[in-house]
This record gives sequence, structure tokens and C-alpha cells, in this order.
Amino acid sequence: MIAIIDYGMGNLHSVSKAVERLGYEAVVTADPQQIVEADGAILPGVGAFGDAMANLRDTGLDEVVKLYAASGKPILGICLGMQLLFSESEEYGKNEGLGLLPGEVIRFSGDFKIPHMGWNKLSFLQGNSPLFRGLEGGHVYFVHSFHAKTGLASDLLATTDYYGPVTAIVGRGNVYGMQFHPEKSGDLGMALLGNFLALSGSGKPQTAMA
Amino acid sequence: MLAKRIIPCLDVKDGRVVKGVNFVNLRDAGDPVELAATYDREGADELVFLDISASVEGRATMIEVVKRTAGEITIPFTVGGGISHVDDMTRLLRAGADKIGINTAAIKNKSLVSDGARRFGSQCIVVAIDAKFNSEWGEWEVYTHGGRQSTGIRALEWAREAEKLGAGELLLTSMDADGTKDGFDVKLTAAVSNSVGIPVIASGGAGLIQHFHEVFEEARADAALAATIFHYKEMTIQEVKEDLRKKGVEVR
Repeated sequence: MIAIIDYGMGNLHSVSKAVERLGYEAVVTADPQQIVEADGAILPGVGAFGDAMANLRDTGLDEVVKLYAASGKPILGICLGMQLLFSESEEYGKNEGLGLLPGEVIRFSGDFKIPHMGWNKLSFLQGNSPLFRGLEGGHVYFVHSFHAKTGLASDLLATTDYYGPVTAIVGRGNVYGMQFHPEKSGDLGMALLGNFLALSGSGKPQTAMA
Repeated sequence: MLAKRIIPCLDVKDGRVVKGVNFVNLRDAGDPVELAATYDREGADELVFLDISASVEGRATMIEVVKRTAGEITIPFTVGGGISHVDDMTRLLRAGADKIGINTAAIKNKSLVSDGARRFGSQCIVVAIDAKFNSEWGEWEVYTHGGRQSTGIRALEWAREAEKLGAGELLLTSMDADGTKDGFDVKLTAAVSNSVGIPVIASGGAGLIQHFHEVFEEARADAALAATIFHYKEMTIQEVKEDLRKKGVEVR
């Protein structure tokens, strides 16, 4: 069972459907018990960092997420959910994040279009990550105005290029994050999500091939 | 760098695709969800649903179509047509749409653009502009109500204003080019692209594969939208992308 953490930030329907299509049971939930018991967890999110952290704190889900990460079971932050994994963000004043990964989230600045929106190419920096099993890279779908600067180079698994390198996939141990939307990123996005879900070891048994 | 996007558009009425669609191997060629899934598999980068239902029931049906589509496809999609309140946007986004297209309602009520952008983020708000060349002015005029009503508003001014109001993207349809198959309106698209800092989706006039290269290279469009040529299999999305790739344009 994969828990999709519902803390009132954005539509979770697409993520949950994508998980189901990959052959896993998904539950959209705000129930700490259900989250803690899940084989894998996804922290999605669209919107503002400060609002998201406030929602997580108000519901006590911030501690649940930290507990989950400490349990060693795989957890994936998507888009804003990835940004929340970091120590802090400068979005609308300084905001403290979940602090599961060192680093900060900063606004894009420069003479180019913001948000960074559309299909951009991934460069895998750490090819041995289990997320990249069987994959060679390609385009995925991004929509964001802020981006994460990892505190440790070893946490940075993939980047994309938008007027300079941009953090696309992060990971440390069982904690992963994707800045793009894997559920909106065609076959490659589904494959990356599938590789993450495989870490949970909770897939439905595939029909045996004769 | 961002890849140029190819976007098929589906006209949907009362939950069914209108304008004949000539796909083989579909169980139900009128089902927008099945068509959307087909385009997803064929390499579309995004989809646009234009809801042309005239009734309340038709609009309610669209919500169901959006929900089912969100569960079936793996690319972003926009829903436009008849959206006149922030509540309409909320319902469609909750059902799983990624972006909302507004056209006539944005002209009538500009705060719809700013309210929507504030509430959901600019990336969710696509302002659709139907423009036609006005020879007296020597520039383009905005039309509303599906191109039936002239507004006296200059398209370039409206494009700039829509950006200021918070639009995240413009879906620009040339009424002069639409249906001609003579190519996208490069002049109009270039003029709008050069006037704003947000992405512009060019629409209307696609007939040949090279038209896509033209509009990306000469008009600096970020995306190109087409309906008929894809629906009638005059060309596939992969053929368009192959041509672009050969010419050095980045595509997915």
C-alpha cells in the first residue's frame, strides 16, 4: 500500500491514479496511522511553501513525515513536496522546511521566463541510483518558480538545464524528491515513479508469464 | 532548454468529441478520454479540451470527462470553454485538469484572470485570444464568442494586459489562418511572442509538416496546437517531431 499524503495542497487524483496504473494500491490519506503503516509514501504538493508547511504543522503531519523518513521506508516528495524536504525556503520570507535534506529553496531570477514550465531534459548525475534502473534519461514535465540548492552534492541525483543547472531529482537513503511531475511526464515519468514504487516492495504480483 | 510542444485540441460537446475524428482501432472514436489516451501514446506533449456544450448538463458531463482523463493520461491538459467564474476553475482543477483556458469571459471580466492566477498560480491560467487582422488599423483585433463578435480591442494590447493580469500562457488563434491549412500565422504569432514574456501557443492554419518548424523558428512560438490534421491522420505527432528534430528544434 502506498500512502499519498493529503494535507490540503493540490489535486492528488492524478498521482494516485498513476500509482494504481503502475500496479500498486494507493490511498490518499491524512491519517497518521495509515501513513505510518504504508509500504511507501508520496508527499505531493502544488502551491506556496509557507502555506504547505503551515498545513503540515497544523495537522501534525510534519512529524509523521519525519517519522516515516526515519523508518527507512521509501518516501518521495513531488514538486513542492520535494522542496519541503529541504531545510528552508525563501518563498515569501524565510520558511523552515522539514529539514530531511540540507539545502534551501530559492526563487529563479534572471531575464528569462518564470515559472520554468514545460518539458525539459534530465541529466542523470548518479547513474547507479535505483531510480534510474533501466533508464537513459529524456524529457519530463516541470512547473515551478522556485528551485532547490542541495547542501550536499551527493544528494543531487539528476539536474535539468534552465539557464543553468536546476535540481531535478534528489535522494538520500530512502528519501527521494522529484521537482517535475512524474505523473505528468509520459513514459519516462511513469518509469521513474515505477522505480521508486518498486523500492516499497509492495507491488501486486504480476501475472506469471507462461 | 525547454522542448517545443505539440498540442492536439479536442472539441467536446456533452461529453463527446465533435468534428469527425478518423482514428482506427478505437473502440469509441467519440470518447474524449480514449482519444486523449491515444494522443498521449503518440507523443503529444499536452492536450487541450475545448468544451462547446451549451447546457448545464453538458458542462457537468465535462467534469466527468476531466476526471476520467486525469486517471488515464500521463501528460498535462488544459480545459477551456464556457468558464466564467473562479468556482468553475476550482471544479475543473479539482477534477484533475492542469490548466484552465479562458477567452470571452476574460475580456468581459478581467479580474477572472487575476483572481484565478492568485488562487491557483499563473501556471494554471491560459488566456485564449482569437485574433483577426484589421486592415484599417494595420494590426490584429480580438474577437470573442467563438470568433463571432469583434471587440474593438487590439490583440497585442490585450496580450500584454493578460500577462500583467497574471496569465501564465497565451493560446493564440489566428482567425485568418484557421481552417486554411496554409500554415500558422507567423506575423501575428511573432508580434505577440515579441510583446510578452510568457509562452505563446500558436493555433490555426497547420496543414503541412513544415508549418510547425516555421512557427517555432520564425515566430518564436513555444508550442503549436492543431486539431484537424491530427484527427484525420494527415500527419502524426511523431512525424512532426521527427521533422523538427532533423531541423535542430528540441522536442521531447
